[in-house]
Amino acid sequence: MSGPLPGEGAPPPADQPATAATPATPATPAAPAAVAELTDGEWHRLHPATPLLKGGIALIVVLGIIVNNAREWVVGFFVPGGRRPDGDGEGDPFGYVVEHGYLGFVLLGVLVVVAVLVLAFWLSWRMNTFRVTEEIVEVRSGVVFRTNRRARLDRVQGINIQRPVLARVFGAAKLEVSQAGDDANVSLAYLRSVAADDLRREILRRASGVQRSAVDGVRAAPAQAAPGQVVPGQPGQPGQAAPVDPRQRFVGLVEQRAQDFLSDGLDPQEAPPESVVKVDVGRLIGSVLLSGYTLFLVAAAIAVVVSVRLTGEFFLLFALLPAVLGSSGYYINRVTKSLRYSISSSRDGIRIGYGLFSTTNETLPPGRIHSVRVSQPLLWRPFGWWQISINRASRSSTDGSGHQGNSTLLPVGDETDVRRVLELVLPELVGVAAAEVQAEEQAEEASVPPAETGAGTETAGTETAGTETAAGTETAAGTGPALAEPERAVVHERASHTLSLVEDGLTSRGSEGGFTTSPRRAAVLRWFSWRRNGFRTAPGALLLRKGAIWRELVVVPLPRMQSVGLSQGPLLRRLRLAAVHLHTVQGPIIATIGALDQDDAMAFFEGAARDAVTSARADRTHRWGASSAPVAPAAAAPAPLALEFESDPSSAGAGAPSSSAGEQDLSPFADAPRDAPREEPRP
Amino acid sequence: MDRLDVAEPAWTGISPKYVWPEFVGWLITGLLAAAATTPLWFIGAWWCYAITAAVVVVMVVVMAFVPRRVRSIRYQLREDDLLVRRGILYLRFVAVPYGRMQLIDINRGPVVRALGLSDLKFVTAAASSGVTIPGLPEAEADSLRDRLVELAESRRAGL
Repeated sequence: MSGPLPGEGAPPPADQPATAATPATPATPAAPAAVAELTDGEWHRLHPATPLLKGGIALIVVLGIIVNNAREWVVGFFVPGGRRPDGDGEGDPFGYVVEHGYLGFVLLGVLVVVAVLVLAFWLSWRMNTFRVTEEIVEVRSGVVFRTNRRARLDRVQGINIQRPVLARVFGAAKLEVSQAGDDANVSLAYLRSVAADDLRREILRRASGVQRSAVDGVRAAPAQAAPGQVVPGQPGQPGQAAPVDPRQRFVGLVEQRAQDFLSDGLDPQEAPPESVVKVDVGRLIGSVLLSGYTLFLVAAAIAVVVSVRLTGEFFLLFALLPAVLGSSGYYINRVTKSLRYSISSSRDGIRIGYGLFSTTNETLPPGRIHSVRVSQPLLWRPFGWWQISINRASRSSTDGSGHQGNSTLLPVGDETDVRRVLELVLPELVGVAAAEVQAEEQAEEASVPPAETGAGTETAGTETAGTETAAGTETAAGTGPALAEPERAVVHERASHTLSLVEDGLTSRGSEGGFTTSPRRAAVLRWFSWRRNGFRTAPGALLLRKGAIWRELVVVPLPRMQSVGLSQGPLLRRLRLAAVHLHTVQGPIIATIGALDQDDAMAFFEGAARDAVTSARADRTHRWGASSAPVAPAAAAPAPLALEFESDPSSAGAGAPSSSAGEQDLSPFADAPRDAPREEPRP
Repeated sequence: MDRLDVAEPAWTGISPKYVWPEFVGWLITGLLAAAATTPLWFIGAWWCYAITAAVVVVMVVVMAFVPRRVRSIRYQLREDDLLVRRGILYLRFVAVPYGRMQLIDINRGPVVRALGLSDLKFVTAAASSGVTIPGLPEAEADSLRDRLVELAESRRAGL
């Protein structure tokens, strides 16, 4: 019975020193030992407890059932005064087997089955290998049917680390590298928990295109932190001193496990430890209770009461009873999934974590969010709560804990929370960075070099002419924050009275916030919302504001928009109205706005089509760390975009900006190999 | 009332021969729909025949508009994107930047092939884009595909 579990209690001793040494080394220029070992381009095996975590649990359950069946017999066998089972053994398979003398055969059969299963699990573990090189991550698995999946690192859509309860007990974690498409994820299940965190960091580093020395120079310098305080609180981490004595080592191991279990999987050196948003448990429960589903339940209850009063029969009650009974499960599920929600900014994008016992924690690099929706269900309105969902390119058909994180960015939050989250997601539209964009606009008017983090590092990059030598990036990393710090303070102050585009769109109506709304005659189609139903363009994004009762605001980042459509049916045509569709990758958000004046719609359509080309050309989030400093990825990445946009209106031609200041600043990017052919048609 | 159009209407139409595949398609649809109503004849009431007649009339009207609808399918290659429009009653414009191209399909159904035509489909990462240019002469479809691929190569964008 203990056959399949030789190594599940602890990783094999050979691995142990690596585990203990891992957290101690990250400040050194080289990658941590465990990662260096995993990412050396050679094939590696997964955590030894993997078979157990993946499917071995079922085996244990089956054995448990057998033992449970046999329990009475065993007790009766050894305790003379106990109840002897009666002779026929009906309904008791174990009793039946023993009565008829098949015990030997059955035991043999069970042993064979167990042996085969153990062998199968061991083989599958043995055959399941992965490797990470500079360019790709590749997984081979399967015994009879071999699968080989290889994913390019520069196409990473996100990295997800899941820790189911049981895996956490073993100190294991599942790492998923999301790629665009349905079920296109590369899953490494399971890895050692610490190794998973390190591996994620290393994969993201390689995906970002940034040089290693630059990373280590600014590691643990979050968006707002002063550049001086590098790696705070690292030496004090528990469980990292490598004890020599085996017994001590075991204690250290247990301690580390406990530590892993208690920490929510957010790697302390990667992200600022605290989330920018705290989701209060009371608010979470309230938000779930006040969801649309509750409206449905209330409507159902009223329908039942009315029908019973009118007809005196209870058929409707019985028809709806299962749904009502099932609802408690739905509510509990919704709440537990969102417990301990956290979102924060890290060097490689946004870090989202949630889950109480089984935790999930995901990193979304910049530019991997295809559209954002801030919405407010009707019942949330008195409380001023909002929800944020996103469209993203990777989709998973399997449900599970990854599902919610796939589309919900903020389960519930008030306007401040929304602002904070959007500041991470759409830095160029909200908050400090939005103010920076404005400051830049003014700075450019005064023909002064833009004083802003991203722009500063770009200037540094220009000197190295885009060759991206380690030294060049390091210079950028070193000087960037130092220059930006006082500027940032000024900008911060300015931000407090800068109008934020997105926040404006939440509750405003009419032309407030620069929106173009539906005309009066659209009131036939948009009874209540025609004053609110509108769109506007912003630097790098399009905003659609909809709904007077169910308010929502959809933001589509221009570099992510795939195409744009305009449609007009007979009814709209009569009213001289039209609808505009912004096509993004498939997801819960459909960015469509109807009932616009047809001339406005056509202007919007043409403008969006033009801007989409321009911004896609300027977009560098594909290799987000390549040419801008990794200090403040949120602020630095979209900066060239904003620059490009300012130069856009001046050039009337379709997306061929004349040689303005914006273009000059972008020149270092031109040397990136994938952009080389694109530059040719330009003047 | 003016039809809604873009600022620089430099449209290219598709082959007028494309009306035939459309005709055949609608004819088959119409016949199937009419055939589906024939069991009603066994009831014997007058309105049962009227339903069949109505189906036939609707199909005839739809087919009468086929030439105009085919004429309305147009496209233009702008500097950075492909613009497609179609529809008379339900007008639809779609602009797809070349860099967004994931792949291009060329399909040839039996009737389309008999007429020496091809249907071209431009696929992006967004399922809702739905850009198709049906009824292009075969050689033109191939050259258009090559041109689009070339344009997409020179303007490659990520997702």
